[in-house]
Amino acid sequence: MAIFLTKDSKVVVQGMTGSEGMKHTTRMLAAGTQIVGGVNPRKAGEQVAFPGDVTIPVFGTVADAMATTGADVSVVFVPPAFTKAAVIEAVDAGMPLVVIITEGVPVADTAEFFTYAQAKGTRLIGPNCPGLITPGQSNVGITPADITGPGRIGLVSKSGTLTYQMMFELRDIGFSTAVGIGGDPIVGTTHIDCLQAFQDDPDTDGIVMIGEIGGDAEERAAAYIKEHITKPVVGYVAGFEAPEGKTMGHAGAIVSGSVGTAQAKKEALEAAGVKVGKTPTETARLMREILGG
Amino acid sequence: MDLYEYQARDLFEKHGVPVLPGIVATTAAEARAAAEKLGGGTVVVKAQVKTGGRGKAGGVKVVHNPADAEAAAQAILGMDIKGHTVHRVMIAAGAKIAQEFYFSVLLDRAERRYLAMCSVEGGMEIEQLAVEKPEALARVAVDPLTGIDAAKAAEIVSAAGFPAHLADEVADVIVKLWGVYAAEDATLVEVNPLVLTEDGEVIALDGKVTLDENAAFRHPDHEALEDKDAADPLEAKAKALDLNYVKLDGSVGIIGNGAGLVMSTLDVVAYAGEQHGGVTPANFLDIGGGASAEVMANGLDVILGDPQVKSVFVNVFGGITSCIEVARGIVGALETLGDSATKPLVVRLDGNSVEEGRAILAAANHPLVTIVDTMDGAAAKAAELAAA
Repeated sequence: MAIFLTKDSKVVVQGMTGSEGMKHTTRMLAAGTQIVGGVNPRKAGEQVAFPGDVTIPVFGTVADAMATTGADVSVVFVPPAFTKAAVIEAVDAGMPLVVIITEGVPVADTAEFFTYAQAKGTRLIGPNCPGLITPGQSNVGITPADITGPGRIGLVSKSGTLTYQMMFELRDIGFSTAVGIGGDPIVGTTHIDCLQAFQDDPDTDGIVMIGEIGGDAEERAAAYIKEHITKPVVGYVAGFEAPEGKTMGHAGAIVSGSVGTAQAKKEALEAAGVKVGKTPTETARLMREILGG
Repeated sequence: MDLYEYQARDLFEKHGVPVLPGIVATTAAEARAAAEKLGGGTVVVKAQVKTGGRGKAGGVKVVHNPADAEAAAQAILGMDIKGHTVHRVMIAAGAKIAQEFYFSVLLDRAERRYLAMCSVEGGMEIEQLAVEKPEALARVAVDPLTGIDAAKAAEIVSAAGFPAHLADEVADVIVKLWGVYAAEDATLVEVNPLVLTEDGEVIALDGKVTLDENAAFRHPDHEALEDKDAADPLEAKAKALDLNYVKLDGSVGIIGNGAGLVMSTLDVVAYAGEQHGGVTPANFLDIGGGASAEVMANGLDVILGDPQVKSVFVNVFGGITSCIEVARGIVGALETLGDSATKPLVVRLDGNSVEEGRAILAAANHPLVTIVDTMDGAAAKAAELAAA
């Protein structure tokens, strides 16, 4: 099982022929991901060679790629200025899941393509995210596949490197799926979407939720956990030391006035019965205690 | 990026939003000249600071002749308002205000669309209005695909309870303010107050605009709006090197990869610092994914240039970033600095090529470098060294 992504997922790469696309397609293939095509209108019909005697066909459009290969996931590596057009093309083609790795997308573009995708029933993950990995089955995005293997923990995080850190800390137990939802002010898939999916996933026994300053997604997730999640959840929130009004790396990581503080998020999670670690290591220990690993 | 009021005024004017004439001045003499240029009569001298509450702090003065404008500017320039030094004033034409209203449109992160807020009760801080008279603040969702057209503006105006004789004029201004929001890639456009003058005109009297820095690539003119002289010198240096750096007040310099891990590193250091006399982090510095040895060395150069830094904590989990590059960057930077490097470095590496990275550091065997295996352990060591 796992959520959103399995060994049967067939993945097309929008922007595969660019340098980032080539590098990460190579890594995704090495992790066992079924990459069935790339998309580039100027290189349609070409075959691109990858290590291990693998060749991947390039299609002119996402629709062509889907019609020929049955792809059901697209991963977007195109630059910010072209991301909106790429996502809308995938949505128009009827792609069920689009994972947007690109950092630096104008939030107005994200607001538009998210609204568009929602109306057409496409799930978006990202932008500005590492993607998602179902260890041992498939890896879509830039998460290192060799940190840990399959296991019983579901992970949802705004941050890429904190995702890697947490996978590393809990590598003895392993993960069903780890989803990096991204650090932008608007993201296609939220903590709540992932919590809901992990709750319904028979392969997930416990959930680690990583948040950070900015917005109120964690507070909303806390309310959701209280109402709907029966599996154990542990939390971690980054950004206690962040000053008000400064953007901390991620475009969405900013405390505005009294809104979006780490303290408020931690308190909301604890009020919902979620144990919150003071450090990533302590958070991992809380999860390990719960699962008896 | 938050704009100053005068910059917001200029953007409003560019997009046809009715505003009063306003001239920015950096000296009292310029303020006098500006008041003369505006006709020599009543003007308002307004401190230009990116914070609220300037009126209460004495940063806004109504004067009736150029000599008084000069004196008011003299008093306001250099004033400290909530930690912001006033470097500029705006000399704005006076207006006879009949009524004050409120309007804003902003990003609604949770609902993933936009939100327009509007009230016939203007002039007070919106946070206060929202708490004290929430029923007086209309909140109307705005679809990102359709924005605020005439029909949506009419809906907003009606929800806010404007009287019929004002509705069309206010709605027209709202459509123009949406024009600013959409055309300039703003994430906030706020007008407080939006006023009705005694002459029956609706005017944006004060404006607050936040622009989306991710959209800078399609707004080459936005670079000129950046407040270069207000930036911390270390932040300016880091920006020139294309590093993601925020200066803080503590003594442990921090370098890491990935915004989340670096934020977490700050917290873990402050937590460990509780055991060492309250040591806290000196900065946020994210070298990003796939950083090279050069980027690592640049980061170290910025941090070691901060006189407040007593120790440095390099915390890297290599995903795309290779620990080999990080280790080479550290060794290279220390070689370049030679004897001028005097601050201890605590390094914690994990992930991509960790063994090779640690081996490079071990082989260099630099007396200032301590390798610690865990993030919490390394934070404790860095805090201890900063407190020593």
